[in-house]
Amino acid sequence: MTQEQQELINQDVEQQMRRRTRRSFLWGAAAAAAGVGGWRWLSTRREDDGIQWPLRRALEIDEQLARDYFKGARLAPTFPREQAREPRVNGDIGLEEEPDLKAWKLHVLGLAEATNEEDKTKPESSSANADEETDEETDEEADEAVATSDLLLTLDQLKALPRIEMVTQLKCIEGWSVIVQWAGARFADFANVYRPATRNGEAPDVQRKPEDLLRYVSLTTADGGYYVGLDMASALHPQTLLCYEMNSQPLTAEHGAPLRLVIPVKYGIKNIKGIGTIRFTDRRPADYWAERGYDWYAGH
Amino acid sequence: MQEETIKRIEKKHPLAIRWFHWINFPVLMLMIWSGLLIYWANDVYRIGLGGVTLFKFFPAWFYNTFNLAQRLADGMAWHFFLMWLFAINGLLYVLYTAFSGECRYLLPNRHSLREAWQVVLHDLHLRKEPLPRRKFNGAQQIAYTSIILMGVGSLLTGLAIYKPVQFAWLTSLLGGYEWARFEHFWLTIGYVLFFLVHVAQVIKAGWNNFRAMVTGYEITTIEETPVQETKP
Repeated sequence: MTQEQQELINQDVEQQMRRRTRRSFLWGAAAAAAGVGGWRWLSTRREDDGIQWPLRRALEIDEQLARDYFKGARLAPTFPREQAREPRVNGDIGLEEEPDLKAWKLHVLGLAEATNEEDKTKPESSSANADEETDEETDEEADEAVATSDLLLTLDQLKALPRIEMVTQLKCIEGWSVIVQWAGARFADFANVYRPATRNGEAPDVQRKPEDLLRYVSLTTADGGYYVGLDMASALHPQTLLCYEMNSQPLTAEHGAPLRLVIPVKYGIKNIKGIGTIRFTDRRPADYWAERGYDWYAGH
Repeated sequence: MQEETIKRIEKKHPLAIRWFHWINFPVLMLMIWSGLLIYWANDVYRIGLGGVTLFKFFPAWFYNTFNLAQRLADGMAWHFFLMWLFAINGLLYVLYTAFSGECRYLLPNRHSLREAWQVVLHDLHLRKEPLPRRKFNGAQQIAYTSIILMGVGSLLTGLAIYKPVQFAWLTSLLGGYEWARFEHFWLTIGYVLFFLVHVAQVIKAGWNNFRAMVTGYEITTIEETPVQETKP
């Protein structure tokens, strides 16, 4: 091969490569433009409760997958009692007023008709719905059609339910966690006595037919300032407690006296303190932090 | 007669791998960004011993410069959306390399470690001999396999902190909730270090090498001893 032939081949190779390079970089530029465009589109979508709506939809898909995978039999790890610590007081929303422990009653709504007649105490109509005004659900008629037997319960009535003690990790959505000892009544035991209404109007069977029950639980503080929504499966998880004692002491006001929720299958934000109202409902309840950009499900 | 140098175009990186690589780059960047938005809410890690902190992750100027403060909800929403892209792209990459046979070039073998050491010495100008002329040398095989294992690690530690009750077995295998978060964080620092070395090496290797990751082709030169055209 002569020097000239070599040169020709090499020039041809360089030319071919330039062509390939141009084509590939154009593809690259188009892909990059599509990526940037997609990013800008996502970032500029209108907000749905504090985040761009496609991200809200993504959280909801994550939630559906998580709920399909969820099993009540999977338990949060428990720890030796001596590892229990005092949790940081991280939020006082809805707890601005000192609770009047003597007058305190738990307001329960969304129950099945025939729930424990002897326990039933009709709430006074004037004050009963004060809690709900902050709740964002507009149409409650559907719930009330199937459930009209509201209750007012005392702490002693809740303490009459089997007492459960457990040492679990409270996991804050901020990323820290703390091991705490809790005592209270299982939410599932509570729901077994104060039975939620069903979707089909049939007699509720919490243990055997939980899928028939109204699908959600709404819990709000006495002043309505803080509120959480739970899916029924998480509420009925065996480690979900209506808790009245923390680290062997009655709850203090800042930790939610006289009654708070402890739900290890959820982030701390769902562990509402100072519960005033529990409402079973078939509509997805409003949730304080979900309205501020967080995942409604927030489940573990 | 002089020595001849003939240039030739050679296929180097398959199209699929180039796409996986370049998709992963922005997705991982955004995962790290949204991860920082989340980490800000409980920024407890540092390098130090006892009461002495050499470096805090992260100083206030860092959050301020990149607008990372007070955006936990934002960060979680992005993170739990982009995680699917990261996971699916990574999974497809692993499947592709496994089934296409590309893994033969990528997986380390018993010579890789020794060769990797030679590459390090070469890069530090402590060793004169040229690097092996293969698609991936031992150092690359170890690095590119490690980064995939780190990706798997990020997915597992991530899952362990995302669903610590449903995957309690995994969380406890990783040392518990707090440890899993710690591991998730340090894997990310590992990506950043990988990225710095990777970019430095790409710059050092030059245009022909970088172009191959975009076009798939590189130009090689064949040096042959000239064929005698006239026999005596």
